[in-house]
Amino acid sequence: MSEVLARLVRSPQGAIGLGIVSLVGIAVVAGPWLAPHDPNAISILARYKPPGGQYLLGTDQLGRDLLSRLLHGAQSTVIMAAIATLCGTVMGALIGTTSAYVGGRTDDAVMRTIDAVMAIPSLLMSLLVVSMLGRSQANAVLAIAIAFTPGMARITRSVALAVRKQDYVSAAIARGEGTAYIVMGEMVPNVVAPIIVEMTIRVAFSVMLFATLSFLGLGAQPPTPEWGLMVSEARKFMHLSTWMILWPCCAIALVAIGFNLLGDGLRDALNPRT
Amino acid sequence: MSLAYALRRCGLMVYTLLVVSIIVFGVTQILPADAAVVLLGENATPEQLAALRDRLGLNDPAWQQYARWLGGVLTGDFGISVRTGQPVLPTILDALSRSLLLALLSIGFMLVIAVPLGIAAATRRGQLGDIAFGIVSYVGVSLPEFVTATLIILLLADTFKLLPATGYVPLGEDFVAGLKHLVLPVVTVSLIMVAHVSRMIRSELVDALHSDYVRAARMKGLPETRVVYGHALRNALLPTITIVALDVGYVLGGIIVVEEIFAIPGIGRQIIIAIQSRDLLMIQAGALTLATTYAVMNFLADLAYAVVDKRIQYE
Repeated sequence: MSEVLARLVRSPQGAIGLGIVSLVGIAVVAGPWLAPHDPNAISILARYKPPGGQYLLGTDQLGRDLLSRLLHGAQSTVIMAAIATLCGTVMGALIGTTSAYVGGRTDDAVMRTIDAVMAIPSLLMSLLVVSMLGRSQANAVLAIAIAFTPGMARITRSVALAVRKQDYVSAAIARGEGTAYIVMGEMVPNVVAPIIVEMTIRVAFSVMLFATLSFLGLGAQPPTPEWGLMVSEARKFMHLSTWMILWPCCAIALVAIGFNLLGDGLRDALNPRT
Repeated sequence: MSLAYALRRCGLMVYTLLVVSIIVFGVTQILPADAAVVLLGENATPEQLAALRDRLGLNDPAWQQYARWLGGVLTGDFGISVRTGQPVLPTILDALSRSLLLALLSIGFMLVIAVPLGIAAATRRGQLGDIAFGIVSYVGVSLPEFVTATLIILLLADTFKLLPATGYVPLGEDFVAGLKHLVLPVVTVSLIMVAHVSRMIRSELVDALHSDYVRAARMKGLPETRVVYGHALRNALLPTITIVALDVGYVLGGIIVVEEIFAIPGIGRQIIIAIQSRDLLMIQAGALTLATTYAVMNFLADLAYAVVDKRIQYE
């Protein structure tokens, strides 16, 4: 484990990714304490302020401090996205590994059904689920988790299929081990590495998807300082202040870039061959 | 690729569509809106509601409603839109033609840029060009469509006043104006895909270039172009076909947002409007149409996969 970490930090993308994700982690944990202002404090005299002075990143159409809103928004955006990814990954990994192990007709049936579910694009799937359950942050998380499950199942299966053919799995079968042991004890540990890589990269997608749902008015609701929602609100005032729209866009991009870099760094660290 | 494989795969596509239709119907069944209330408004009397439910067959068991709906879909009758009072099918087909134009232009534009870019980066691994490519593509995949679209409008449409920011003009009406309106949406949709696909090609090609068969080909004394294009690229493109097929699903999802932002009356916009107005039949038809398009694309991708990799059909 520490060897992987050392290799991760040695590659530039791994080091930068880890750095950005750590920064984001700090913003998520300590954001509310670091924020210089109340994120929802309205100040009519200080509207559309450019960055500088009392307001480090400027203010929005109601004179609310943008930096404080971004820092508070880190929790609503990043934590939700991470939870959604984790749920989707766990569900998908279980389905994919089991299906690959069982093989044969069951595998075929499961995979065809997964293919069918994946014929519905994840954004459309999340839209359908959210509109079915009602607009809220929690429902958006559930919607993203559901939308991610088939994709993760498919990826896990393709990895597990390769593992399934390995000699140590045949050996376990020859020893007469049970299905649960072979899946959990022999196969899952060996498919975990590529799944962690995929999951890290998916957190980036999840942040984007969650922000998109909020942007469309189906995720976080005002006055939550969620980043996608901030962009959607700022669009109406685009001509009065570019900063309001630029900062949340940068925040979303930074988080996504961070997780993408970390995922790629992890891929290299876990697979030293390349 | 054998005919039997193609037929079997075709059968699977039909199964896919069946499952999709069940999901789409199932999801919209659980929508918290009562179709009868939507049709008659909040002020309808209970007697009116009961009569309408009876007439629409809303009291029948779910499977009977599903069978009736599917029967209609198969004969081209998607029902009447609650919102507009018009038949659903013509509206959907109209919207689909606009969306397909946008999607196909974007995918074509993407492939022309992504494939050479990925190859160039992989063969120059670690050099300045590869690093610059890495940075730009990271930023590319890390921007959701709504951010890309907003930034592009901010920059190209507002700052330079080069292109119209939103709206749609049919190509048949005014070709030049229509094309101008399509530029920004197409750039937005393809941008993230370019980053995604070229990154995939690069990483697969880097893997392939480190494999034993490439080493063997080099030791045989083959010229480097033969090694890259004849041996490594062929294997690197395999996963890429799947990724592109998956990306089609992503495009179809992405155009929902892009159409909404650029005000293109395509199928994505139609679905959002339908969700907002609880137009059940329109949601069902829109989702089913998008999913069908994707399933057909996926089917074609699998056939292509089988042509490139002969091992596939034996598995």
